[in-house]
Amino acid sequence: MATDVMAEPVAATGVKIKSELMQQRVRAAQLFLLPMLLALAVVAGWPLLRSIYFSFTDASLNDLDGAQWIGFGNYLRWQTLESGAVRYRGVLADPAWWNAVWNTMRFAVVSVSLEAVLGMGVALVLNAEFRGRGIVRAAILIPWAIPTIVSAKMWSWMLNDQFGILNDLGMRLGLLSQKVAWTATAETAMQAVLVVDIWKTTPFMALLILAGLQMVPKDIYEAADLDGVHPVKQFFRITLPLVRPALMVAIIFRLLDALRIFDLIYVLTPNSSATKTMSVLARENLFDFDKFSYGSAMSTLLFLIIAILTILYIWLGKVRFDGGDR
Amino acid sequence: MGATIDLWKIAKTIMFYAVVVFIVVVSVFPFYYAILTSFKSGTDIFRVSYWPVSFSFDNYTAVFNQGSFPRNLLNSVFVASVTVILALFMAVTAAFALSRVRFRGRGFLLMVILAVSMFPQIAVLAGLFEVIRFLGIYNTPWALIFSYTIFTLPFTVWVLTTFMRDLPIEIEEAAIVDGATPWVIITRVFMPLMWPALVTTGLLAFIGAWNEFLFALTFTSSNDTRTVPVAIALLSGGSQYEIPWGIIMAASVIVTVPLVVLVLIFQRKIVSGLTAGGVKG
Repeated sequence: MATDVMAEPVAATGVKIKSELMQQRVRAAQLFLLPMLLALAVVAGWPLLRSIYFSFTDASLNDLDGAQWIGFGNYLRWQTLESGAVRYRGVLADPAWWNAVWNTMRFAVVSVSLEAVLGMGVALVLNAEFRGRGIVRAAILIPWAIPTIVSAKMWSWMLNDQFGILNDLGMRLGLLSQKVAWTATAETAMQAVLVVDIWKTTPFMALLILAGLQMVPKDIYEAADLDGVHPVKQFFRITLPLVRPALMVAIIFRLLDALRIFDLIYVLTPNSSATKTMSVLARENLFDFDKFSYGSAMSTLLFLIIAILTILYIWLGKVRFDGGDR
Repeated sequence: MGATIDLWKIAKTIMFYAVVVFIVVVSVFPFYYAILTSFKSGTDIFRVSYWPVSFSFDNYTAVFNQGSFPRNLLNSVFVASVTVILALFMAVTAAFALSRVRFRGRGFLLMVILAVSMFPQIAVLAGLFEVIRFLGIYNTPWALIFSYTIFTLPFTVWVLTTFMRDLPIEIEEAAIVDGATPWVIITRVFMPLMWPALVTTGLLAFIGAWNEFLFALTFTSSNDTRTVPVAIALLSGGSQYEIPWGIIMAASVIVTVPLVVLVLIFQRKIVSGLTAGGVKG
């Protein structure tokens, strides 16, 4: 790689000059990194530490400075009643929190698996040579380009119970016997969210997988054809193993993204406990319910979950950080 | 025999194109339907139709004449542009250091940058709120420019680092022999080569900032300071049952058309930028 050669910029000019050059470069590099590091410390590092700190205090929205340290009280505390029964309180004993955890996990797993399967399908189509491929590629970029809020609004109009086109279509095709309030009914709200998310994000998945597919040399397939290997077998024995690294990266990126979902759910199914995720619940507590420290505890827990998964990703994905393959 | 093989072939081709048509229709239809709705007026909106039946600009004039939508549009343009320019400025030099200079802790730094780009935004929301109030920029565009740096900066650094790493060493060698400082090398040697990468990364970061919702919802509180996504999300009529769908669709079309046009123009570059960054827009 280029970076390996960089260690010796001009190999023939002697050791002394070389090391001076090296030192100059390293000093410059440190200077160049400074603005970025400062910026990240101010917008990411410090706020993260403060959020975690707030989760151990009794801070309220209007009195951040007067926050008192209360330990793990926001996470879990208990008191023994006179009757001898123990009452648990805090996020970890809050049914609303566990409902949000369940919603988030369910959403993340279902949406990402379906997106991976559909994305693979779209990628396989786009990888074939056919007329009009450019049009398809352009078409699938449209859902990706549309802002999430806009797609949430567009779909909530299409899913509207009285005037929505999807109810109309379903009735015409005989799939529905009566109009359904997709986003308002507890049973269908999560399905509606899943449909919109899958619609919006499958293109991203497909493009990442397509990049992997295009790296597979064509002559492998020619050889397999000559040997009379069935196309389905070719897919499972050749294509899938070869695109697996690209697929894994795409899946984990999407998984981390799905776990923090906020905007789609906030707009498509406001105040529905059937879809409320960790992010939505945390923000609600932080700014709408005036339980600032309680909300901070929730956001800290979500951060922990995502941090663990990120570490797993870096470890399992074998992402190399030192001039490696990326 | 020959005839059956041909039939099978034709059937396969038809099935393939059926899948292709299905993909295209599903991808495009919701946007098409939003455009269709935005040009309907009055009670036409509540009559479902699959093809254009009437044509009026009522919703568009309404969007621009009532409320603060023009102002929101300006806010969005301002916030996204300034965010991207600031991020690119910091990212170019940082990417040079991370990709062309070998120093201790480089791998760790790259790991931190990747980790920050995967941060759940909600995790910093409480702390950011405090910082923004402390700086006195709550409910101003600067609050958004400040907070958006958390996702535009790691993303631009990461993509530009990947790009710079692949530039050949030879182009730099000549400049080093001539005694050029790293700063000169960046501005004179790398910048001219990096325009395509800068445009792509800038565009992707712009889309990210343009679409952002959580920070915009939390750090602005009045109609005049909101950005477009928040304005659209909060557009409402007199009551819960009077949602102005026509106006919402018109506003949606206005904010989406520029993005769709840009994305279609820069199609190929965006696809390569996405695969390099692996980051969702």
